[in-house]
Amino acid sequence: MTSWQNNRVARDARIVAGAGLARGKVVEAHDVTRLLEAVIRPGDRVCLEGDNQKQADLLSHALLAVDLSKVNDLHMVQSGVVLPEHLDLFDRGVAKRLDYAYSGPQSARIARMLFGGKIELGAIHTYLELFARYFIDLTPHVALIAAVSADREGNLYTGPNTEDTPTVVEATAFKDGVVIAQVNEIVDTVPRVDIPADRVHFIVKADKPFFVEPLFTRDPAAITEGQILTAMLAIKGIYAPYGVQRLNHGIGFSTAAIELLLPTFGERLGLKGRIATHFALNPHPALIPAIESGWVRQIHSFGSEVGMDDYIQARSDVYFTGPDGSLRSNRAFCQTAGLYACDMFIGSTLQIDLQGNSSTITTSRIAGFGGAPNMGADARGRRHPSEPWLKAGAEADPDSPAPLRRGRKLVVQIGETFGDKNVPLFVEKLDAIELAEKLKLELAPVMIYGDDVTHIVTEEGVANLLLCRTAQEREQAIRGVAGYTDVGRRRDRGMVARLRERGVIRRPEDLGINPLDADRSLLAARSIKDLVRWSGGLYAPPSKFRNW
Amino acid sequence: MEDLSFRHPVRARASGARQSAIVGVVASGNLEVLVERVLPDAECAVDIKTAAVGFGEVWSAVIGDFVERYSPGGLRFSINDGGARPDTVSLRLAQAVRLIAENGQ
Repeated sequence: MTSWQNNRVARDARIVAGAGLARGKVVEAHDVTRLLEAVIRPGDRVCLEGDNQKQADLLSHALLAVDLSKVNDLHMVQSGVVLPEHLDLFDRGVAKRLDYAYSGPQSARIARMLFGGKIELGAIHTYLELFARYFIDLTPHVALIAAVSADREGNLYTGPNTEDTPTVVEATAFKDGVVIAQVNEIVDTVPRVDIPADRVHFIVKADKPFFVEPLFTRDPAAITEGQILTAMLAIKGIYAPYGVQRLNHGIGFSTAAIELLLPTFGERLGLKGRIATHFALNPHPALIPAIESGWVRQIHSFGSEVGMDDYIQARSDVYFTGPDGSLRSNRAFCQTAGLYACDMFIGSTLQIDLQGNSSTITTSRIAGFGGAPNMGADARGRRHPSEPWLKAGAEADPDSPAPLRRGRKLVVQIGETFGDKNVPLFVEKLDAIELAEKLKLELAPVMIYGDDVTHIVTEEGVANLLLCRTAQEREQAIRGVAGYTDVGRRRDRGMVARLRERGVIRRPEDLGINPLDADRSLLAARSIKDLVRWSGGLYAPPSKFRNW
Repeated sequence: MEDLSFRHPVRARASGARQSAIVGVVASGNLEVLVERVLPDAECAVDIKTAAVGFGEVWSAVIGDFVERYSPGGLRFSINDGGARPDTVSLRLAQAVRLIAENGQ
């Protein structure tokens, strides 16, 4: 007779095998490696929760120490490859295959290991894409997750950094998988239930809190005049004319500069209430002055940010919070919000080519995608209208009848023409293409495809690619804001001048901006200490950002 | 270190009465510009000491655009560069012209 419940039987057997090491659901930290050996089978798909910020570090240590005769050749399916242990697993042979989304801090080592054949790569995904595959063809057999606290039944409180946890648990627990959680403490009653107990099979109390990185904090003291000028151009040349209210900001100094110019430069332009009111955004401290000045109505977050807990709790009108008062973040929902409910994405990149394709990958570093390709892509399934979306659609396609014309999401690449160490932002050919050739990938890892990019902003001006009608115009519009890079100096001056007459390229003077006004005194906060002051002492910056 | 020197004919004399001015600082990614009103009205000179070698073409383009745009006749610029980006160079030169255009010493 055919059995239709093999997976459930197998899951129950795994739980029974682990139960010998547990009292109820609780396993002691020194027994965790034995627990993993009992529960995990060779070749399993395992999600070792590595989020953008929160890391299940105790569980990664424990997994690294397993007996290779019991656990080997695992297929890791996790969004972040962030800790050294995540890659040590492949060096040791505990794991063999990898599907992931982001590898920021490990970008150089993961590149070496991919070249060396230590890792069998499935694919590099965006967050939302990997989450989607958790429910279709990459469902984990075992999920190793991190939470702030648990009660004895296994109800979990994830705290402000909920991030990926609900998605990982949903896919694992409801498809016959086993969920193991490391928690900072075991309590009688959790402050709120982020994950219900019947989805959690084992809990382990860690001897120290899980690792969280302050990934989104940019010190205003390091913002340059060039970044301030570029931010002024973005506000006056894009935010204002399109009336962008719902948006996502990427990480970086350029967008931090925009956040810090809203209460000063933006206020003078009379834009308060008309732009930048609703965000899909982590709780960046750089946004505190704009929030305190009444610019921002609502923010939904992918994750949290170190030091922002008390501020968020005190500003629940702005942030999403639970009954306990602390932030509730959720990466999958916030990515969806950024994709479908935001009219603009603005972010920085490392390389832009002549078609507008961009990449953060260089031949020696593979940082992965994270969320930017979702944020920085037109949502073809979107159906609700808004002023910026319709205006962008009309610019791209002026001849179609309005009722049948798709709108367009504004996808803005912002940056200085030369980056760190005078490396040019604009290139003839992306390093990502060379990498794809070397690794024999079917797709070059392009962060944002050129046909999704609507604007490029540099200190030289704003290029509106929606208004370009030919590939040649597009190339010259890009060259026309590429400054003194090789790409910029090889422009067709006549064509660039004509594009400027048509408003495809707009220089600072075309927007009534004098580059000499791009002064640090325009920043609402010029230091981390200023941000603390703006927050009324509620923002508690991590020590690496303190110099007092 | 590399020394570069540019001479340009200029349409008009730079405005203002100040004889000299300094902007910027010598630091990594930044530069210091000393500007002096010491040349005939139709001339401009830019002398550069830079920590970044091999950027002569970029400097030439930056200085050419600057002279075209600001017409800094009669001025000599002496630059100590710590590897600043071209946009920072343009900005400091423009700031120097603005400062020397002020009246008095």
